[in-house]
Amino acid sequence: MTQTFLVQLAYITASILFAFGLKFLSSPATARRGNMLSACGMLLAVLATLAGHQIISWQWILIGLMIGSAFGTLVAFKASMTQMPEMIALLHGCGALASVFVDWVHYEKLLHEIIFSISAVESIMLYLSIVIGALTFTGSVVAWAKLSERLPGKPLLFFGQQWINGLILISILVSGALFFQHPSEIMYFYTFLAFSCVFGVLLVIPIGGADMPVVISVLNSYSGVVACTTGFVINNTLLIVVGALVGANGIILSIIMCKAMNRSLTNVLFGGFGQVKKRTADGIKKEAHPISVEDAQLILEAAKTVIFAPGYGMAVAQAQHAVRELTHVLENNGCDVKFAIHPVAGRMPGHMNVLLAEANIPYDQLLEMEAANPLLETTDVAIVIGANDTVNPAAINEKSSPIYGMPIIETFKAKTVFVIKRSMASGFAGIENDLFYYDNTRMIFGDAKDVVQRLVAEFKTK
Amino acid sequence: MNDVLSYQLFILALSIFLGFALISKVPPLLHTPLMSEANAICGIIIVGALIAAGIESESPFSIFLGTAAVALAAFNVVGGYLVTERMLKMFKKKDAAK
Repeated sequence: MTQTFLVQLAYITASILFAFGLKFLSSPATARRGNMLSACGMLLAVLATLAGHQIISWQWILIGLMIGSAFGTLVAFKASMTQMPEMIALLHGCGALASVFVDWVHYEKLLHEIIFSISAVESIMLYLSIVIGALTFTGSVVAWAKLSERLPGKPLLFFGQQWINGLILISILVSGALFFQHPSEIMYFYTFLAFSCVFGVLLVIPIGGADMPVVISVLNSYSGVVACTTGFVINNTLLIVVGALVGANGIILSIIMCKAMNRSLTNVLFGGFGQVKKRTADGIKKEAHPISVEDAQLILEAAKTVIFAPGYGMAVAQAQHAVRELTHVLENNGCDVKFAIHPVAGRMPGHMNVLLAEANIPYDQLLEMEAANPLLETTDVAIVIGANDTVNPAAINEKSSPIYGMPIIETFKAKTVFVIKRSMASGFAGIENDLFYYDNTRMIFGDAKDVVQRLVAEFKTK
Repeated sequence: MNDVLSYQLFILALSIFLGFALISKVPPLLHTPLMSEANAICGIIIVGALIAAGIESESPFSIFLGTAAVALAAFNVVGGYLVTERMLKMFKKKDAAK
């Protein structure tokens, strides 16, 4: 009795530490302390579990811990900041698979008892836990493969996809219903386990690269739900608390991402963006104004305020360090430099901030979209680098545009807009960007990193 | 049984509120570390994995599943916290960055 009570006390302390960990994340100044507290909570929970339960075989635990920690450390230090989304997807997958295994062991244990007994609630929770866990696992693996370009990033659609999805969903439900009636039949268990694995793959495969922030957030939410249901299965309150926290996190981030794209969650998850009808050319030949790096430098030299609008293209071109240099040169010239960050810039929520922080750009220079937009009217130069749809004025002006209503960084309001771009090709969504044809827009053609480096060189030769 | 269940549902409901209250305060600046942090604490499944791997069991299959669960969960926890720490370390204020 006292021993179990002590374990429960340790669990309560751990959940308080986790809550504080998240609370301290509300400011970059305290965030690291929060992470530390949270890690202490985890250590406490692990130690309490090892001390409190009737653990008999230690060798397997030690082997598992060593393998897992070694790989975790290796991957955590090796992953670059551009690889963060795929790393997180991989971690989600591992967590979900671990939950599935824990439930599975619990079920095996029940089967080996002399008298098999399972309550209705327990079997429902077991079912939910396995289904969501398995689809989160395979879904995360597919997301990881797409993000790391082991699979093509574009939506993979095939004929009759909706029908196959429907059939699989029905199979999962039917095998679940049979399982509730005959919970000791392991065949039903295997059936819904297998179908859920396939379902996870099919759910993520049709989703395109730029929608990945939503997918990752949703998978995050699922992994929380799995931890929660597993908590019900093995009767562990700590899992329920943590699962709820993580589930809430994933839901909030998914909603933020969807709002930033002005799309509903179902639209992102079940409707490909590719089906949008392309706007027919309206006959008027519009002309963009290109500008040379030399002339661009002259304008920048005279600028008092500059706002960058970076997109994922900047990270692809590995231009963030060159941008930092340009920032320094501009600041030495007495210019005020800021960055306007769109919520969906990058491949996961907040990704762009991490990429810029890695390039040593202080976080007080990074502005959220809502804070940046009022400033843009009085800004001398806005530099769009590697972004396209997130600065497209069609989202405000054109009711027929597929991105109409999506909040954008209103770079077109600035006195001069520089767009650094390889060619006139349209963005991910295949939508033409009128910003390129505005009178105050100047196009600098070329590779983002190369262009920025040449701008810096121009400044230095003066 | 019903007592335990109602008590667990009670905890669940409050935890969801706590989660929403805490997480809505996190600025978009820190959303990536937030997600990796949430990911790391989701590795709390390690608690269940330890019990699964440590209990007496005759079935080698169960032992295998339990050990694999411990390894996967440990990967999740260690990887999650270290990567969060690495990211948070990079966020600097203007004076500190120079």
